[in-house]
Amino acid sequence: MSWLLEPFQYAFMINGLIAATLVSLTCAAIGVFVVLRRMAFIGDALAHTILPGLVVAYLNQWNLFAGAIIAGIATALGIGWLSRRQEVREDTAIGILFTGMFALGILLISAARSFRDFTHILFGNLLGVTVNDLILIGTITATVLSAIALFYKELELTSFDPTHAQIIGLNPDIVRYGLLILLALTVVTSIQAVGVVLTSALLITPAATAALLTQRLRRMIVIATFIALASSLLGLYASYYFGVSSGASIVLTNTACFGAAWIAQNIKRTRL
Amino acid sequence: MLYNPHAHADPIHNAPALEARRVVASHAGSPAHALNGVSLRVPSGTRIALVGPNGAGKSTLLKVAAGLLKPQSGEVLLFGSAHGICHCRVAYLPQRGDLDWKFPINVKRLVMTGRYVHLGWFKSPAREDERIVDEVLERLKIKDLAERQISDLSGGQQQRALLARALAQEADLMLLDEPLNAVDADTRAVIAEVLATLKQQGKTTVIATHDLGRLETDFDGALYLSEGCEVPPPPGSFVGIDVN
Repeated sequence: MSWLLEPFQYAFMINGLIAATLVSLTCAAIGVFVVLRRMAFIGDALAHTILPGLVVAYLNQWNLFAGAIIAGIATALGIGWLSRRQEVREDTAIGILFTGMFALGILLISAARSFRDFTHILFGNLLGVTVNDLILIGTITATVLSAIALFYKELELTSFDPTHAQIIGLNPDIVRYGLLILLALTVVTSIQAVGVVLTSALLITPAATAALLTQRLRRMIVIATFIALASSLLGLYASYYFGVSSGASIVLTNTACFGAAWIAQNIKRTRL
Repeated sequence: MLYNPHAHADPIHNAPALEARRVVASHAGSPAHALNGVSLRVPSGTRIALVGPNGAGKSTLLKVAAGLLKPQSGEVLLFGSAHGICHCRVAYLPQRGDLDWKFPINVKRLVMTGRYVHLGWFKSPAREDERIVDEVLERLKIKDLAERQISDLSGGQQQRALLARALAQEADLMLLDEPLNAVDADTRAVIAEVLATLKQQGKTTVIATHDLGRLETDFDGALYLSEGCEVPPPPGSFVGIDVN
């Protein structure tokens, strides 16, 4: 049994574990709504558009989280604003902003003449999480989870039937913007864990796996968080014992869970 | 805290439940007018049919009345007040195909969303809301399906669940888009019974339909539409009270 505890004699592993736990909790819970509302593309886009915010903050030695949050929220509002009259379709608006902002980030990095400094932004750095990072991640986790609990019925209704929401005076756009802001906050924390490139995996994969396993929304959220937590733990062990990237191991464990659920689902269906 | 706290006005005495004056409207992204100067007056407590083929503008008129679509010109009054101020009093039944029936929600919770207009932010359904939901499920004879996921319902059961939600709202004006479209005989009978009860309770209903068969017995008046305009009733068809 000692191999189970061995990794956690190091402080950086404990910090990494706490961060991974918090990040997977938030990502999985909000990810269920992202999947049900077919917003997978937005999740990925938000993760990428945060890059210039991070770079600007880094170069000026400002708080990285602040830079990322500002860039994320600006993008969330920008997408809504660009596509508000449907002259530009929403997926087109996302595509334009997403690539534009990411390119801006790369441009700023290349101007700083140092790609190496930014690899942890692109691929995450779970084992470099500091106590201050943990406090921020914890605050964001608490904010996002309590917002989901508090506005659960509105999130559910506007995901399922925005028309009825509008009829009863609940503006679906307000809920949407709120969700986008929560999503921007979530993405900022998960960049620390798995980086810009893999963040959408934490949002989408556990939720999609849960959607294969249950037809009930609450249960879907519980299963998604459980899968995400288990994958984070397994991924961390894999990274410790095989010396591979922690972010990539966590994402691949999630992908394996999805694959297993998908195969199980198909076997069940062919038997019926 | 209600979702739209400014949206409550006292009804104006003797005003019609719904009045639309020369409404022009089109759908987003389409240059053609879906409605071209249509007027309609629905006295309180009556049951009015909007009749016409597909694309005539029936659904569009209901959407404008419900506040889902802003008219480009013309005016809509609900119980004598300008639009957007009577959320509690107006219920809208969408066409079945407009909903995502794969969404993970069960029948009871779907019907409960009809109560949300009375709950607003932060409030969870109380025992009274549960009682009302149970009662409408009973009325539509789908109480045994309460815990069933909506993805497992037949077309007729879906239609009953949607109507149950509209009833749970306890609105005074019901805007129903093709409630009898492609449903089984049992569902037709149940829905007809519900509509009869609504009439007895003095509620107003406006129903879009292309089912001309039983108009006379079921309705007080009818507005005939074609290509976004009002047209005279076809020879020999039901007229009823004046709806202009």
